[in-house]
Amino acid sequence: MASIGTPRYLNGALSASYPFQDRPPLITVTPQGLYCAPGDFHIDPWHPVERALITHAHGDHARGGSRRYLGARTGEGLLHRRLGADSAIDTLPYGERLRINDVTVSFHPAGHVLGSAQIRIEHQGEVWVVSGDYKRAPDPTCEPFEVVRCNTFITEATFGLPIYRWDDTRLVAEDILRWWDANRAVGRSAVLFCYALGKAQRILAELARLTDRPAYVHGALNSLVAVYREAGVKMLPTQLVSEVEKGTSFAGALVLAPPSAGGSTWMRRFGEHETGFASGWMRVRGNRRRRGFDRGFVLSDHADWPDLLRTVADTRAERVLVTHGYTDPLAHYLRDKGVDAAPLATPFEGEAED
Amino acid sequence: MRRLADLYEALDQTTSTNAKVEALVRYFKEAPPEDAAWALYFLTGQKLKRLLTTKLLVGWTQELTGIPDWLFAEVYASVGDLAEVIALLLDGLERPAEPEELPLSVWLEQRLLPLRDLDAVEQRERVVSWWKVMPRRELFLLNKMLTGELRVGVSATLVIRAVAQVAGLPPPSVAHRLMGTWKPTPAFFKQLVSPDVSDGDRSRPYPFYLASPLEQPPESLGELKDWLVEWKWDGIRGQLIRRQGGVYLWSRGEELITERFPEITEAAAALPEGTVLDGEVLAYENGRPLPFAQLQRRIGRQKLTPKVLAEAPAAFIVYDLLELEGKDLRERPLRERRAKLEALLKDRPRVPLSPAVKAESWDELAKLRDQARERNVEGFMIKRLDSAYLTGRKRGDWWKWKIDPFTVDAVLLYAHPGHGRRSSLYTDYTFAVWNGQELQPVTKAYSGLTDEEIARLDRWIRAHTKEKYGPVRSVEPEQVFELHFEGIQASPRHKSGVALRFPRIARWRTDKKPQDADTLDSLKELLHAVH
Repeated sequence: MASIGTPRYLNGALSASYPFQDRPPLITVTPQGLYCAPGDFHIDPWHPVERALITHAHGDHARGGSRRYLGARTGEGLLHRRLGADSAIDTLPYGERLRINDVTVSFHPAGHVLGSAQIRIEHQGEVWVVSGDYKRAPDPTCEPFEVVRCNTFITEATFGLPIYRWDDTRLVAEDILRWWDANRAVGRSAVLFCYALGKAQRILAELARLTDRPAYVHGALNSLVAVYREAGVKMLPTQLVSEVEKGTSFAGALVLAPPSAGGSTWMRRFGEHETGFASGWMRVRGNRRRRGFDRGFVLSDHADWPDLLRTVADTRAERVLVTHGYTDPLAHYLRDKGVDAAPLATPFEGEAED
Repeated sequence: MRRLADLYEALDQTTSTNAKVEALVRYFKEAPPEDAAWALYFLTGQKLKRLLTTKLLVGWTQELTGIPDWLFAEVYASVGDLAEVIALLLDGLERPAEPEELPLSVWLEQRLLPLRDLDAVEQRERVVSWWKVMPRRELFLLNKMLTGELRVGVSATLVIRAVAQVAGLPPPSVAHRLMGTWKPTPAFFKQLVSPDVSDGDRSRPYPFYLASPLEQPPESLGELKDWLVEWKWDGIRGQLIRRQGGVYLWSRGEELITERFPEITEAAAALPEGTVLDGEVLAYENGRPLPFAQLQRRIGRQKLTPKVLAEAPAAFIVYDLLELEGKDLRERPLRERRAKLEALLKDRPRVPLSPAVKAESWDELAKLRDQARERNVEGFMIKRLDSAYLTGRKRGDWWKWKIDPFTVDAVLLYAHPGHGRRSSLYTDYTFAVWNGQELQPVTKAYSGLTDEEIARLDRWIRAHTKEKYGPVRSVEPEQVFELHFEGIQASPRHKSGVALRFPRIARWRTDKKPQDADTLDSLKELLHAVH
């Protein structure tokens, strides 16, 4: 029988030696972050630099203090929220090429969150792609992942173990709705923890296909929901928890909040409630039990194991560098399959466990 | 099987006690008795004798998924539960839309139990064929049964409460009917929920009443004259039953240990019909207990030789009288039970009464407590003279006032991932003390840190790993912990030469440097001082 962990297309197909072996690497890790010397810019730097190219607006990728930023156009609103309105942010539409010093760069959808991009860098015929964070699963809140042919592919590995495999997002959304309904039926509120940027909006958009009941949101999510609305993403109507009149009952309500709100005094207002957490980590029972959530919904904005392997194969890259998450296992597995792969140490976090 | 999966999911998806009991009640109402009996078997923490080796299961999973050894090890270290790892890895298999559904009892009796008599080839064929058609949830439960580790994470108290609710019986009756050994048959389950109270298996023990640790000063208990004070003996808590011509000795772990202690059994045979005693099995000579290590020789042995019987003679030192002349006395006050015991146990040197400790005041008692170590006891038991013999650990009437533990400051050397709820954290630790210039591992310990401390230490461990050996990490020898333990023994099985009893972490000594940790010599001095 065919084995499920070994996609046929990885077997030896990419083992050809790297075509630009004699050149220095186009991107290296410096104390400031990923650096492209011929272009003289950094990508998602973790310290202030002269010129920063940003894959997406999550805090471990978009940090303040740099002189100039460049990102994908649809992510502009989120980048301004993250980096401050005064930051010098230029944007490029997806696919449009821009010459920076000796290289040509372009941004391509990564399917991670609104405006997230893979950054393609071409230098004298050699192409590198920095994928930032990405996923292949459909997501109504952002542009779908685009496969970009390249020589070196820099991938994440947040969920780089073969136990991580996502169900169809619509099934997860139906599960969330059933949970909400069950709590509603007994007059309890359902507090769903999720990341404020990306996951929350994706849940609201998925639920909007199933119901039109409004949901409550925590303040940390609210302004980001507004940015998504401005970008034209259709989501459930939302109401800010703190704007509700004192004494209003939350019985039967769905409340979206960042995980940091769990266990805080902010939770007291909801009276009798159940808690849920929407994250790829919820795939493993121990993670949910340890955090004490009633329910875990397996929903991630990162590629699962099959999609990591599929993407590596799709890019037809001759070399793969793995930046964060389960870097060693993914690189090891790819090498076993004949792919030239190695971990690349960075402080990116992927989907944090809390 | 689907009904059990629903129950498991319902129990797993709530932290509310009431919701758990509701889910259990729903299950026991709906499930046919032959299935309910098996569910109860697992819910009360019983396990199937191993059906096949986990090595086989791992091998088959790897064949089906193409996952190499090193990656399987990596995955196992991150999940910590073999049944779950296999279910998650096999999740990529195509499954039929309408899987077959068989009752739990059929699964167990016609499929799982017969596996034991098959060879590995046939075992593989069957298990793999089930794996290929089962939905994920059921597959997880199947794996749990195959690995013999299906624990559901509800306490026995909740299960008993639910069964009692279904049966319309008081929970203590159900608890009593569940004591001892029983087979998961429909007949057993029907009898369990039957309103007929004249039942009784003559060997069946009563549920034990457990004392709570005394955390306040003893003066807070009020006047000493209202309390019975006894030494807290360090042995095996047990129940000695003399009914209908038979003698049965049960350990608190509900294990029948009659055969291990012939001298106690013999002495008990002379007790009147219909007697049930609560007490402690001790190695005991000339009216004095021997160290716990002596008793361990009696437990560990396969065969009881005359030499062991002579060197480590046992006695059952009696705390309480639960039944006399076939009458359940648990509701009577302790004062009355104790008076009856005194008359009953006169001149029975192998079943002596646990003597009352006489003192005029709590202060005087505190002074006597300092002799506990010389007496080979763990401290005092303090019981309210008016108290009934209750079930489980109910606070208020029975207290244990233990002597202060021994302490040692030791350095964290290795970290191991935990299991179950803590499988993605490093929660089990190996500690070392100084042996000259080297750190010598002396003990493992895991309990005692708060969740917040565990999380903080976990981050530290990941950032200060020296080497990985499979799931185990060696770390920089920097963190010092104060460990508490109850006893120390010479041990040829440990490289350090000593074994600590009940070690646990008392405090994370962030104020101490590794060079401040204790030495092996100081532990050896302690060993000589207490033996």
